[in-house]
Amino acid sequence: MNNDKDKLIIPPGDSDPRREWRLDDKTLTNAELPEEERDWFCDARPQPARKAPAAIERFFNWARANSLWILAFGTGCGAIELRPLVTSRYDISHFGMQMRPTPRQASVFLIGGYVSIKTLKRIVRSYEQMQGPKFVVAVCSCAINGGMYWDSYNTIKRIDQYIPVDVYVTGCMPRPEAVLEGFDKLRKLIKAGKAEGQNLYAEKFDWYKANQKRLIKDWNMPDYNW
Amino acid sequence: MTKLFEQLQQHFSVSDFSQPQGNQAFVSISREQAVPLLTHLRDIHGFTHLVLITCVDWLEQSRFQLTYILHNHNSHSDLGVKVFIERDNPVMDSMHHLWEQVRVYQRELHEMFGIVFPGSPGLEEPMILESWTGPPPMRRDFDTLKYSQETYCHRPRDEHQPEEHMKQKLYPED
Repeated sequence: MNNDKDKLIIPPGDSDPRREWRLDDKTLTNAELPEEERDWFCDARPQPARKAPAAIERFFNWARANSLWILAFGTGCGAIELRPLVTSRYDISHFGMQMRPTPRQASVFLIGGYVSIKTLKRIVRSYEQMQGPKFVVAVCSCAINGGMYWDSYNTIKRIDQYIPVDVYVTGCMPRPEAVLEGFDKLRKLIKAGKAEGQNLYAEKFDWYKANQKRLIKDWNMPDYNW
Repeated sequence: MTKLFEQLQQHFSVSDFSQPQGNQAFVSISREQAVPLLTHLRDIHGFTHLVLITCVDWLEQSRFQLTYILHNHNSHSDLGVKVFIERDNPVMDSMHHLWEQVRVYQRELHEMFGIVFPGSPGLEEPMILESWTGPPPMRRDFDTLKYSQETYCHRPRDEHQPEEHMKQKLYPED
């Protein structure tokens, strides 16, 4: 029996944009880090994920949509809605979802409410540490347009200026049914192949990074955390 | 509490005695006598529990009011000690040698009001406002809306008034 797995993996060809990037585009300087720490981190940019052939990609998307693992990082008061979601009343585990304690194992980042600058730093770091494919759901009106913190001095008004957002759930706060509806919408988007926030982040990486660094003035992280 | 005030008057120049409730009173003291008075209250009169420190910004009078609220566990009474300091030179004596937890309040007051407590440990460490470069945000002359509009990107607002919408839908030529 042949090993069919090898056929699924497409070898990088000359016309592959990823190969070109691998060779040349290691241009992140990590300039804000101390001199001796710059070599500890990767200097390569994120890049858009390559697509498999359509039928295989559809299968991948089906699988991704049915095993959404949520990063258990509640940024604001909307995170209180996660408790009824994971417990017996609105049991999300029968949608194949569960909470993970580390960004390395999660695929959905749920921004639950207001984001201060101190939190934004941790959000950027956690988002970049998540393995692809990764999706962002912005819950509560604070993450969308500032909400009741529209004139606050330390709360950012739009999370989509700093990380890409796939699905918004409005409300202050939304009921768990609304959050479930948002996850349902996300599953439909993933199955249709339209949840491309990760690729958007890679394409507009400089724009996102400039926005982040304009607010986080004591940037002491590498430019991209792998 | 009136008896306590009379006892305190023999040693310190306390003033402005007020007693809003039976077991709650407030006195005022100058900045120089604040540390001796609080030490005296803690050691002699049994006000061993410092509940909190608050600050009020009296912008029109150009001064800050610091209120130290003390609690006596034996008589279940509260005493607030008000200290007024100048707004232009906001320096206050640190109390961290009396109660160790005071340094957290002092860090917060330093961050939010810009009050300096010389000698207080970890005073310059940011508590909430990491990498903050603006003026202290809880001062009353800080315009938070203006700062927010200058610093952050706001989502533009589109309004959908039902009256306008129906007018355009029903009578588009008007």
